[in-house]
Amino acid sequence: MTTEARKKTTAPTGVGSPETAWVTTVDRRETRTTGWSQLKLSLAMFGNRKSAAGLIIMGVFVLVAIFAPLIAPYDPETQNLKETLQPPSFEHLLGTTHIGQDVFSQLVFGTRGVLVVGFLATIMATVVAVVVGVTAGYLRGWKSESLSALSNVFLVIPGLPLMIIVASQFQDPPLVLIAAVLGLTGWAWGARVLRAQTMSLRNRDFIQAARANGEPLFRIILVEMLPNLLAIIASSFVGTMTAAVLGLTTLAFIGVIPVSNLNWGTILFWAQQNNAFPDYWWWYVPAGLCIALLGVSLALINFGIDEYVNPRLRSAGERARAMKRKGMNVNAAVTVVRTGSAESAPAALRAEGAPE
Amino acid sequence: MSSEPTTSAAQTTASQELAAAATDPTAIDPTLIGTTAARSERRGPRIPWRFIGGRVAFYAFTLWAAITINFFIPRLMKGDAVDAYMARSQGQLTPDAEKALRILFGLDKSTPLGQQYLDYWNMLLHGNLGYSISTGMAPVGDAIGSALPWTIGLVGVATVISFVIGTLLGAVVGWRRGGKLDVFVPVTTFLGTVPYFWLGLIFIAIFSTTLGWFPAGHAYELGVDPGWNADFIGEVISHAALPVLTIVIISLGGWVLGMRNMMLTVLDEDYITVAQAKGLPNRRVLWRYAARNAVLPQVQSFALALGFIVSGTIVMEMVFSYPGIGLLLLNATSAHDYALMQGVFLVLVLAVLVANIVADIAYAFLDPRIRQTEG
Repeated sequence: MTTEARKKTTAPTGVGSPETAWVTTVDRRETRTTGWSQLKLSLAMFGNRKSAAGLIIMGVFVLVAIFAPLIAPYDPETQNLKETLQPPSFEHLLGTTHIGQDVFSQLVFGTRGVLVVGFLATIMATVVAVVVGVTAGYLRGWKSESLSALSNVFLVIPGLPLMIIVASQFQDPPLVLIAAVLGLTGWAWGARVLRAQTMSLRNRDFIQAARANGEPLFRIILVEMLPNLLAIIASSFVGTMTAAVLGLTTLAFIGVIPVSNLNWGTILFWAQQNNAFPDYWWWYVPAGLCIALLGVSLALINFGIDEYVNPRLRSAGERARAMKRKGMNVNAAVTVVRTGSAESAPAALRAEGAPE
Repeated sequence: MSSEPTTSAAQTTASQELAAAATDPTAIDPTLIGTTAARSERRGPRIPWRFIGGRVAFYAFTLWAAITINFFIPRLMKGDAVDAYMARSQGQLTPDAEKALRILFGLDKSTPLGQQYLDYWNMLLHGNLGYSISTGMAPVGDAIGSALPWTIGLVGVATVISFVIGTLLGAVVGWRRGGKLDVFVPVTTFLGTVPYFWLGLIFIAIFSTTLGWFPAGHAYELGVDPGWNADFIGEVISHAALPVLTIVIISLGGWVLGMRNMMLTVLDEDYITVAQAKGLPNRRVLWRYAARNAVLPQVQSFALALGFIVSGTIVMEMVFSYPGIGLLLLNATSAHDYALMQGVFLVLVLAVLVANIVADIAYAFLDPRIRQTEG
């Protein structure tokens, strides 16, 4: 553990424990804060391994979505009635559908459908969440309370039924509308968390100082508060995106949004409509796995942010493993440490603990 | 262990000190000394009127908002229920009939919107949810009434199972941090990101179509008479097994992760160190000290998660053709039966609100600080 930590950080060799080794970040504060260092600091929440893994998976999906026409070997809609329900082969990597469409190509173009609507919905929801949440947190009295009540109402109202009802009112809802509906049902959680955090920031000294200096409200919010809210905004962005992707694929699977908008849910919709279960596994397994993989990548990013915001989540496991290696049990911490430091400690325990 | 005498001695002194600090040490169970529960119980139950009042106002407001949304959504759109019905009947209805229908549905265009809104409230207050086009003008309330018990049974059982297993598992995973059990976190997270309907379909494909262990759909076989007898109950259980399993597997991850994260935070608290210093057995520290405090946010997120659970079960019912309220909503959607859609949505909101109230009450029981807000 200790050696690993030393390799990762360029800590001086004299420093004993990994916890102290991490304090090297102090150096950064001594340098002048430039826009670049500010950006680096605010991206620190993505610096751990979990977030990085999640971002890489996400990046692959984004690349697939952008370069879909280059990656997909066939047009996703082209029918080929000579080759229907083919199992995977080199010609059709993931087989074909009941009317001979290439499933792999559908999957590749479906990534585009999922990501475009997913990001659009998430950006809308996040903007609303930040505006409502920060405003509600900064204001006091009935204005704050009523904004909070508004987000609580949206938190309680079940999202999917509302989406189904709104989407079903349109014959052919455009993409923006679907995204707006997904965003409308997804902003409340972020607003609630942001409000709580803003309320706790509002009374900190640096905000008070900015106010005493006569800084205008938008500057206080944009320059003083937002950097401190970034982790929470990022976390709510990721959470909203997860919900939006699941919501979109579910709506597509149910069939309330037009099937012409190709995404992973549409593939599953056609698969179920044409009795693909259980025999034609190549038709329905990949799309479901893609949804799950995208969800896992978002969950990983969120884990990373969580551990950045609450370092206990990371350190608890690491500390427990480190103690186990020394032959101690983390749940008996008090007892073992006492006997370890006392002279009556068993020799074996002392010998094991000694190298550290 | 050589340390045992020392710790039990420490426990005695600690409890003696605490006992001395308490004003009336004889009246309470000595093991409870020092916990907030003991203190609040001695003061006697207080009724936190402000807390209750705030919640009641919130629920009333949410209900009003949901009803208002429900009122406006169909009216903001181009077509309405009557247009849809006219289209379905393909010109067989006279304009007079259309007008009569409009009046019946409260959609008469000559009535001002404010009056329509009041009429809508009047209808709701009389327990009238309107008439369902797709089920031959039957009252919406009847259609919902026959579907609701199935959903409540299915969702209720699945959610409770998932919450209990997930929370217990999360507590143990958090307690044995850094151990092999940590593997549960990524596994349950992966399962939590799988869409409900996909896992449901896969389960049907494996356990029903291929293996034939469970029936593939519906709440019971068509030939069986519903009634309170062993046959029927067994039938219902075997039909509910797969949907319940799917819901539990997918929703487990959230509970495990939430509980584990909260446990990690709680286990760093001083009162855990004190409890261990007193030499309390690990099991007691885990369940009575750590888990008891870590479960509070779980109860709160339980209330908030209900909206998602309801959403998830809608597709669940579609996949398993389960005759619940979700299937009703989907059928109403495809038939453009707006009255039924509105009614179902209203009932869903009501159900979530009721569950929130229950969670609030449970929270007040579990967390003495909530009860003490007045004091």
